[in-house]
Amino acid sequence: MKALLIAEYRDGKLLDSVYELIAFAEQMGAESSLFLVGSGEALPGFNGDLYLADIARHGEFNPEVHKELILGVAKQLQPGLVVFSHSSYGWDLAPRVAFGLKAAQISEVVAVVDGVPVVPVCNGKMRREVKAKTELRVMTLQAGAFGLPEIPATAPQVIPIDTSLSGRISFDGYEEAEKGGVDLSKAEIIVSAGRGIGKPENVAIIRDLAKALGGEYGASRPVVDAEWVEHNRQVGTTGQSVSPKLYVACGISGAIQHLAGMKRSEFVVAINTDKDAPIGEIADVLVVADLKQFVPVLTEKLQK
Amino acid sequence: MNILVCVKQVPDMESKFKINAAGTWYDITDLAWRMNEYDEYAVEQAVRLKEQLGDADLTVISIGPAKVTETIKKALAMGCDRGVHIVDEAVAGREPYEIASAIAAFAAGKEFAVIFTGMQSQDRGSAQVGVLLGEMLSLPSVTTIVDFAYADGTAVVKRELEGGIKARIKVAVPALFTCQLGLNTVRYPTLPNIMKAKKKELLAVPMAELLSVEPRQETVKISFPEKKGSGLILEGDPAELADKLIRILKDKTGVLA
Ligand SMILES: Cc1cc2nc3c(=O)[nH]c(=O)nc-3n(C[C@H](O)[C@H](O)[C@H](O)COP(=O)(O)OP(=O)(O)OC[C@H]3O[C@@H](n4cnc5c(N)ncnc54)[C@H](O)[C@@H]3O)c2cc1C
Ligand SMILES: Nc1ncnc2c1ncn2[C@@H]1O[C@H](COP(=O)(O)O)[C@@H](O)[C@H]1O
Repeated sequence: MKALLIAEYRDGKLLDSVYELIAFAEQMGAESSLFLVGSGEALPGFNGDLYLADIARHGEFNPEVHKELILGVAKQLQPGLVVFSHSSYGWDLAPRVAFGLKAAQISEVVAVVDGVPVVPVCNGKMRREVKAKTELRVMTLQAGAFGLPEIPATAPQVIPIDTSLSGRISFDGYEEAEKGGVDLSKAEIIVSAGRGIGKPENVAIIRDLAKALGGEYGASRPVVDAEWVEHNRQVGTTGQSVSPKLYVACGISGAIQHLAGMKRSEFVVAINTDKDAPIGEIADVLVVADLKQFVPVLTEKLQK
Repeated sequence: MNILVCVKQVPDMESKFKINAAGTWYDITDLAWRMNEYDEYAVEQAVRLKEQLGDADLTVISIGPAKVTETIKKALAMGCDRGVHIVDEAVAGREPYEIASAIAAFAAGKEFAVIFTGMQSQDRGSAQVGVLLGEMLSLPSVTTIVDFAYADGTAVVKRELEGGIKARIKVAVPALFTCQLGLNTVRYPTLPNIMKAKKKELLAVPMAELLSVEPRQETVKISFPEKKGSGLILEGDPAELADKLIRILKDKTGVLA
């Protein structure tokens, strides 16, 4: 089976996620080719064909045009599999391509069991094995699910591609994330507040525990979206990546986007009323308790 | 201007889930249901756009069994003008292509200038229905928006990327947008608006009238992830738990001297 793997450029740089796609294709026993809208200056190490469209001409984010380019390659290559990262680029582009190819799209694949892709359900509380009814399958892969292959030193065989389409969506550049304030990436101890804190007044409970432990406090996204805690304390894919010695997740369910930011912590304590919360999957200790009762008691004992 | 917003009813994610008899989905009985979180932002943005324009007609649509009317009514109480319930007892087994096709069949010819969906549903989480709907209606679509402004036929939005970076995007309407968490601050329906919503039009259309495609994928099995087992679970009295946890932190981490 042939696989077409869709690599990504961001801000003029090739993203390493391309290697996860390659690892996945190897696991599927597929013969891979790459697709990239990029430049000849930064190409992945790869033993095979790379269909390259010029980024200066086709833009870094231009989904209608990128779709057209991929459909063109697919027509030529006739792959059985088109693979994207489940990233802001991939989840945006994959359904467009799947529609154009009349193919099933299987989103956020985390594993493959006997050739059948597995995807999360309900924030990772359950998993689903999904079979496509179409011969050609489009997939997006959860970041980090498939590891990295050995990266060959060889450069790929470049096949230039092109389209005259210009698309209806115009991309006017990037806006940096708000910076300043705390740099959680250097903190050794982080206590984070999740939606389970219930109301803004309870941020104090979390802050007090962080202080008692001599650490910083962070938060999950809903707490930041609600403006209970400032954005520069958000942990996760769209916030900061942290790797403290101790991470205490209070009232945080453990969605993949949160885990992505804190799973490199050395020791994880979760405090949650739900014994089945997905955070339990990666926690070294799960304290099944109401944080509003438990955390103040813990803080008080630590202060002694 | 005609505006459409798509909402899905999903279980509360803190529910105790069980697996259904066929082993292909979660058991849908005995669950608390609510509006998909991402769709709340979509409804809010749609209502804000309607309020900005004054002269606009805002339709909320949802596919599902009888109880999804509760979710549609919430959207009506938030400010949508009319509701459309595509009645489908079998919605749990549908895949994104079928859902998008049915909505596209309803929307075809109705000249919706702006369509909002959530970026993903909390249960299935495929992040496909919105973009597929855009493709089916030949509309440009912009995903994962965290900021939306509209003036003179053009929407200026921000898409959220990894690391919290945002991409500035411009697109002329008609267009479709999929909404990310934090796009806006979602209003609570007030009591008078809940009462008013009861009098708004709520059209019921059988799924069979709109669905004309075959599914492109099927679930063969649903299961709970295996517990990796290394983690310790502590339960009991808060004071005892705190003592136990402090002892563990002293033994296993270098952070408590
Ligand atoms: C593209 C994208 C990017 C994202 N980026 C991020 C990101 O960077 N960071 C991030 O955090 N999220 C991110 N998210 C959101 C993510 O998917 C989840 O929605 C979010 O992490 C959930 O936050 P939470 O765990 O605080 O809330 P919930 O999922 O609502 O969980 C609340 C938890 O609190 C528990 N609880 C409730 N009451 C109590 C109590 N009294 N005591 C103890 N426990 C209690 C509940 O059992 C539950 O487990 C992103 C999503 C998307 C789609
Ligand atoms: N049954 C449904 N009825 C109406 N809209 C839906 C339905 N399912 C999904 N959607 C919309 O499509 C979005 C993406 O869903 P999904 O592709 O399942 O992740 C949701 O946020 C909703 O806006």
